[in-house]
Amino acid sequence: MLDLTYEPPKPKVIPGAKHDWELVIGLEVHAQVASKAKLFSGASTQFGAEPNSNVAFVDAAMPGMLPVINEVCVAQAVRTGLGLKAKINLTSAFDRKNYFYPDLPQGYQISQLYHPLVGEGEVLVDMGPGIARRVRIERIHMEQDAGKSIHDMDPNVTFVDLNRTGVALMEIVSRPDIRGPEEAAAYVGKLRQIMRYLGTCDGNMQNGNLRADVNVSVCRPGDYERYQETGDHSVLGTRCEIKNMNSMRFIQAAIDYEARRQIQILEGGGTVDQETRLYDPDRGETRSMRSKEEAHDYRYFPDPDLLPLEIEQDWVDDIAGALPELPDQKKARFVADYGMTEYDASVLTAEVENAAFFEEVARGRDGKLAANWVINELFGRLKKEDHSIAESPISAAQLGQIIELIQADAISGKIAKEVFEIAYTSGRDPAEIVETEGLKQVTDTGAIEAAVDEVIAANPAQVEKAQANPKLAGWFVGQVMKATGGKANPKAVNEIVQTKLGL
Amino acid sequence: MTNDLTKLTIAEARDRLRAGDVTSVELTEACLSAIDAADALNAFVHKTPEIALDRARAADERLQGREEAPAMCGIPIGIKDLFCTEGVPSQAASRILDGFRPEYESTVSRQLKDAGAVMLGKLNMDEFAMGSSNETSVYGDAVNPWRREGDATRLTPGGSSGGSASAVAADLCLGATGTDTGGSIRQPAAFTGITGIKPTYGRCSRWGIVAFASSLDQAGPMTRDVRDAAIMLQAMCGHDMKDSTSADLAVPDFEAALTGDIKGRKIGLPREYRMEGMPAEIEKLWADGAEMLRDAGAEVVDISLPHTKYALPAYYVIAPAEASSNLARYDGVRYGRRAKLAQGDGVVEMYEKTRAEGFGHEVQRRVMVGTYVLSAGFYDAYYNRARKVRTLIKRDFEQVFADGVDAILTPATPSAAFGLGEMSESDPVQMYLNDVFTVTVNLAGLPGISVPAGLDTQGLPLGLQLIGRPWEEAALLNGAYALERAAGFVSKPAKWW
Repeated sequence: MLDLTYEPPKPKVIPGAKHDWELVIGLEVHAQVASKAKLFSGASTQFGAEPNSNVAFVDAAMPGMLPVINEVCVAQAVRTGLGLKAKINLTSAFDRKNYFYPDLPQGYQISQLYHPLVGEGEVLVDMGPGIARRVRIERIHMEQDAGKSIHDMDPNVTFVDLNRTGVALMEIVSRPDIRGPEEAAAYVGKLRQIMRYLGTCDGNMQNGNLRADVNVSVCRPGDYERYQETGDHSVLGTRCEIKNMNSMRFIQAAIDYEARRQIQILEGGGTVDQETRLYDPDRGETRSMRSKEEAHDYRYFPDPDLLPLEIEQDWVDDIAGALPELPDQKKARFVADYGMTEYDASVLTAEVENAAFFEEVARGRDGKLAANWVINELFGRLKKEDHSIAESPISAAQLGQIIELIQADAISGKIAKEVFEIAYTSGRDPAEIVETEGLKQVTDTGAIEAAVDEVIAANPAQVEKAQANPKLAGWFVGQVMKATGGKANPKAVNEIVQTKLGL
Repeated sequence: MTNDLTKLTIAEARDRLRAGDVTSVELTEACLSAIDAADALNAFVHKTPEIALDRARAADERLQGREEAPAMCGIPIGIKDLFCTEGVPSQAASRILDGFRPEYESTVSRQLKDAGAVMLGKLNMDEFAMGSSNETSVYGDAVNPWRREGDATRLTPGGSSGGSASAVAADLCLGATGTDTGGSIRQPAAFTGITGIKPTYGRCSRWGIVAFASSLDQAGPMTRDVRDAAIMLQAMCGHDMKDSTSADLAVPDFEAALTGDIKGRKIGLPREYRMEGMPAEIEKLWADGAEMLRDAGAEVVDISLPHTKYALPAYYVIAPAEASSNLARYDGVRYGRRAKLAQGDGVVEMYEKTRAEGFGHEVQRRVMVGTYVLSAGFYDAYYNRARKVRTLIKRDFEQVFADGVDAILTPATPSAAFGLGEMSESDPVQMYLNDVFTVTVNLAGLPGISVPAGLDTQGLPLGLQLIGRPWEEAALLNGAYALERAAGFVSKPAKWW
């Protein structure tokens, strides 16, 4: 296997007034399924359309309308499950979650409470070279998204946009295996990365296509290990659920705030109420969403409009057979095949498009050199201009030419950077640039010797100094490079200088 | 002549239309005038004469010398208000759907339309199909064309498809669509001396039919006789991709199955349907029916369906549970009625006021029962237990069919039609008992047909029910056809309206 080996990270410890505390975190991540049509209707899922333009009769819950499952969405959820090494349930079923809200036209959300499509799986959350947290997935179920209530367009009325109503979501539920705010954010990042590799969710958090409900509790050092031994959740403390977070930064800040809030209550002799809370990013705090009296009784029951969802093992196998290489595998392969560091491999595999670009640059060339150039020159330059790899003005083939020119000693690293700059801004081919601009490295030792001789002859005092202190030979190398317009092969110049100076 | 036209069966009308003896326009005009003269029955709640005449003319075009025109082409029918009909009020007889005109046509009514059937209008029913007497309708009671001998008491046509039953029995249309969740086709058919079949769950698409209890609702035809039921059902059923619970099965030729030959068929009489306090004339009708089938060559055997007594309680948990969720969409937000709000009222007040004034008492009762049985702490005791009972009831039938029984004969109702208002003040459970012989069929998803088989001592029609194997409507219709021939029921209500 190509798997790399990892140590688990240390849990975050928050010192309290009386003693230390640890965090226990579990997430419910809602990922919008990448699909053209909604989960139970043919309406488009296009983001940013005119309000209420992507609404089928069934989305608006018109009388007598019935849901029909979109097979593409099921395939995407199965794909996601397989990407998380999870068990696929060949029989699952849809349930209704009943509650009243104007942006929920049916008066219920179709979800999967009792029999989810995907069962247990796991995710490896990288926390730095050689360190990763293994987070267990409890389940993934499919459900409908709700619409949007707009309260701030008019002081007296609320507007409702049903475009999002009925769009397919995957709810990915983790076990309480996450031990700190950074891990929580990294976990969401890793899910996002995997789903983007799979093409099952675009991971756009700004548009709300990836959101998380975060369950947080605090416990004393040692409690978590007891839970691991016994499976007894009660030792992990009472949890609060922070709803609907759509930014990695807010997830971290909210967890941090919430943990400290709970510690303060517990150390003051109080008890934490199990409740749903909202994070207010402006004030940096979480607030209780509703009291126990207002708690919903969702009256879940099997949706009688839908038969149990039966899928075939062959169909699942076909999907499994067509899965792309996933981030963990790709990273391990990059380390093994290109001899790069795990860190560089992580950077290059963060986005599947980046990894593909790199592999095109590296194909048949020096992988390590290619990695350096892609990470340091190209990514650095792209980042400066806030461009994605798809917008790169220099193609993988062009960057590959630069690597080849360096490998063939045709240009030095320094010249290569110049060539890169010209190619990046003009779109011209590196080979042509080197030719036209006469940047080709001088490897003709005769020409270099002549240049060295000239510099030695013109600087007798320096010769003397260098012969006394060989470290100063570099000065001659610099002079020769200057005299040749940087085109001389530095290695050759160095050797000849050494010889001529008798060092 | 005009009056005679409305008395034609669908089969007769079809043959005469194809032969060119009569036009659809003539038939339609005859029905329209009969409807106009029958306001006292309150069967039609939205008349659509322009649509009817347009479709009749189109049907006549299509029929012109064409033998192969669909059987329903040119046949004037009524559509229960539960079916959404494009551009035509479709309110499920509820105030909460005030002014609702769908932009779509239910699959069943569209199939009828595509076959050339002529819609005369929308038919009265219990609100959201919840009732057994058509007394919960926002349009007021539909009235049974039948009366007790020498008694002008207005009687119920049954429910929930009361308007459909009344209209077909009173010769206002040649056939009508009904829906049946616990007996809503079969009970009113029995009360009005007509035939009504509820096919196997999944045979007719539910798309576009306002949902009451999704796992139980089925559409079916209500007609003058069994042949008409076969012809009309043929046009109504079939697989529909838009309904996930619709069965992807071929539909056999139902009419072709009507041979009347039931020799060697095994008919079961379930002993659990012999209820305590059952009127003697119902008992006699049942025994007579068994005798007729035996005379026709069937083997009649006693059978047991041991969980029958739990069916009604289970039904009145499952149906309201589904209804409470299905009716959540009537919230005043997008269509239908929205209550007038007071200064400072918010969304909760909008829901409460809209649903309080939009839903009638029976609907409110069932929404509350359904909400209760699904709520935390009660779910297992009620809903889950009812689901288990349902499984047992289904198994009872499977066992009997596995033992070789082809059909089951039972009374359709525990009594003849009762007077409007007679039951409405009593305990609602008394009303629910009307469904005692029919709900098992819905719980098990089986086909069931009610056939008029005799008159009670007061001259009111009584029906017998035959229950068939799943997907074997053809054999069931043939059994009903044999029963119909043997019973020779030809009585018609004396016209008083």
